[in-house]
Amino acid sequence: MSATMTAPRRAHRSHRADGGGSLTGTGRLARFALRRDRIQIPVWAIALGGTIGYFLVVIPIAYPDPAALQTRAAIMKEPAGAMMAGPGYGLDNYTFGAMVSNELLGWLAVASALMSIFLVTRHTRDEEETGRAELIRANVVGRHAPLTAALITLAVANIAMGALLSAALIANDLAVADSLAIGAGVGLAGLVFGAVAAVTAQLSEHARAASGMAGAVLGLAYVLRGVGDAQEIGGSFLSWLSPIGWTQQTRAFVDLRWWPLLLCIALTAVLLVAAFLLAGRRDVGAGLMAAKRGRANATPALVHPAGLALRMERGSILGWAVGLFLTGLLTGSLGQGIVDSFESQPQLAEVFGGGSGGDLLRQTMASFLGFFAMGVAVFAVVSVNRMRKEETEGRTGAVLATDITRPHWLLSTFAVTAVSSAVLLLVSGFGLGLGAGASIGEMSLAWDFTVASLAYWPIVLCFAGLAVLAYGVLRAGVWWVWILLVGSILIGLYGPVLNLPEAVLDAEPFGLVPQVPGAELEAAPLVWMSVVAIALTAAGTLAFRNRDLEA
Amino acid sequence: MSAVIDVRNLSKSFGSVRALDDLDLRLEPGEVHGFLGPNGAGKSTTIRVLLGLLHADAGAVRVFGQDPWTKAVGLHRRLAYVPGDVNLWPKITGGEAIDYFASLRGGVDKARKQNLLERFDLDPTKKTRSYSKGNRQKVALIAALASDVELLVLDEPTSGLDPLMELVFQDCIGEAKRAGRTVLLSSHILAEVETLCDKVTIIRQGHAVQSGTLAELRHLRRTSITVVCDGDATSVERLSGVHDVRRDDGRVMFTVDDDALPTAMEHLLPLGIRSLISTPPTLEELFVHQYGSADAVPAGGEQS
Repeated sequence: MSATMTAPRRAHRSHRADGGGSLTGTGRLARFALRRDRIQIPVWAIALGGTIGYFLVVIPIAYPDPAALQTRAAIMKEPAGAMMAGPGYGLDNYTFGAMVSNELLGWLAVASALMSIFLVTRHTRDEEETGRAELIRANVVGRHAPLTAALITLAVANIAMGALLSAALIANDLAVADSLAIGAGVGLAGLVFGAVAAVTAQLSEHARAASGMAGAVLGLAYVLRGVGDAQEIGGSFLSWLSPIGWTQQTRAFVDLRWWPLLLCIALTAVLLVAAFLLAGRRDVGAGLMAAKRGRANATPALVHPAGLALRMERGSILGWAVGLFLTGLLTGSLGQGIVDSFESQPQLAEVFGGGSGGDLLRQTMASFLGFFAMGVAVFAVVSVNRMRKEETEGRTGAVLATDITRPHWLLSTFAVTAVSSAVLLLVSGFGLGLGAGASIGEMSLAWDFTVASLAYWPIVLCFAGLAVLAYGVLRAGVWWVWILLVGSILIGLYGPVLNLPEAVLDAEPFGLVPQVPGAELEAAPLVWMSVVAIALTAAGTLAFRNRDLEA
Repeated sequence: MSAVIDVRNLSKSFGSVRALDDLDLRLEPGEVHGFLGPNGAGKSTTIRVLLGLLHADAGAVRVFGQDPWTKAVGLHRRLAYVPGDVNLWPKITGGEAIDYFASLRGGVDKARKQNLLERFDLDPTKKTRSYSKGNRQKVALIAALASDVELLVLDEPTSGLDPLMELVFQDCIGEAKRAGRTVLLSSHILAEVETLCDKVTIIRQGHAVQSGTLAELRHLRRTSITVVCDGDATSVERLSGVHDVRRDDGRVMFTVDDDALPTAMEHLLPLGIRSLISTPPTLEELFVHQYGSADAVPAGGEQS
């Protein structure tokens, strides 16, 4: 009896000694994962560190003295301000540090959480879905090695990002302990949501569904703390249900306490145990949730190039619409507070293009509408560029081998981009006007801004047209379209702060659009932009008709 | 009747790489034509020129008597194409993809689609993302076969299919042939080409090196003979047109040119034949002969 009991145990031990444990190969996999991410992780870290660095420069310009900071604090006391920013510690004596921890920390935590969700999904479920994990696991690699390696990569990425953030803060003469707390909070938020993604990666067969589920959890966490913080200063119990809230509850730069971060660590541990338990219960490549079935036949709406393009873009259009609407709503609701702060901050008024006199709120919100149009232009260019992938992956060739002309196919796809751009503009304008109208009790603003948003349609289509031209003349590449767009956006956003020459500011494309409803509507520039957009699209279509298909 | 496909002296270069070099190809109506060549020989490039997706540098290309570059759409109404590497839109189902392709070609024959789905054993409700290579190929095949067209252009359509599905495919091509359709079949599966094709064109480095019926091509190669005789069969060695004579455990094996076959038989008869096996050259032998290691095609060039 005892012999039969000990035999398997010994076998098990020798099995381990052979290097056959479930973690075999983890080190090598982790090194390989880090090598694959050697660009991505530094880019995220530097982007976040750079954002902080940017604000560390801009905030003192916009809010040069305590009185100015106090006007900012007044905005943050409003429920809408608290919803967008944080629990509002230290509002009575708003300092630069308190502003960083109240207003920036939440967004930095969201950014690191997103990075972590993508990172974990990329190294786990994406690998399985593409079949690469099978190749890896067929080697001397333990059952839990790929997940462990992904988590090591996750830890490295978040430590790098947190350290860089803390360093940027400390370099700006902020308190060392509090700066470290901010960095640790951002890193731990990343770990928590990376761990969430490690769990969702076990549930679904598809990488997109896995990162989508984890993203939904992140969205819920942000909304919980937003609502909680709006309910009362310092946050209600809802804020304490959110990992993002925990990072903000350290009260960095106001009255530092470390223990809320322990909640992050505890939750990460629980999630990781769950992920490993789930991973141990399933086959490679399989999910715990069955993949959904679809239709056996196409609906009439689908069997047209525009219908198919819309189907492919649907998710992204919806995501953009929700994001633009909510941001518009929140920005609009802050409108009156921002305008009030102009009274003590004339230079701030300049940033938003609001001069003296007239309806300051309308003017300010009109310039915000321009910022939203810049976002829609980015959407439009990304949307047009989808055609490149369609072609290189061979689908365009298969479609053009049917009874459809090249211009018909291209313009159908472009029509989806154009119409959805208009919808996104309308949605942004509606959100902005609704928020601003609600804050001053003048609901007609919602209608005014919805209509006004269409003034930006021609300029958005000009950038979409540029992207079509770049696609038609494939060899020209697409980088120059991005340089033009990003350059226009940067000059439009920061030109006024940087005191650029008037001539440069005037030539900025988004600045050419009349700032309705704050200013008079001039038709001439809009007509010209429409002509340019049509010409660019036509030229791109013509070029596409006369070139070889890539694949 | 005029040819369905008529390509003369077709040339196409990508930068400094000459993908097609004076290529000739001719398909008569109702013919199933095998299009053979190693990877990178220019098969897919030829097909993409025929579809009007690539512009020919030189030469005359006619499909149904028209130029595919300028008249692409009118021609596409009369043909269906199955690419070698089928990539589908990840968010839709296989059934939706079939309908999409078929409707772009002018409508779906529901009964035909259902029949093909059953024969190819494809679940149309699954998202294309979860399909294997073979299943993605089935989607393109069903979409093509369900369309009422005169010409099928198939670029290695069965490279991912299992042997059972391969048989279904051969049945379907047989039906297409009986319905009077013309088929251009680019393939690596020589048994498939041997079973299905009336004519074969073999290309190499962008140039057609052989073209004709299988019988005509076979004529270019020797027949293999294995014989057991009472007498010494190795004496056939003396005849002209007889090659590679070997003796192995009582059997004598040799190859013989087509026109020397009667003489060889006359020589063997008096020796008392116990058994004789005559094997005509397989397509594989023809193929390997064209691309034998002695004149191996250099690597590089266009992907086939």
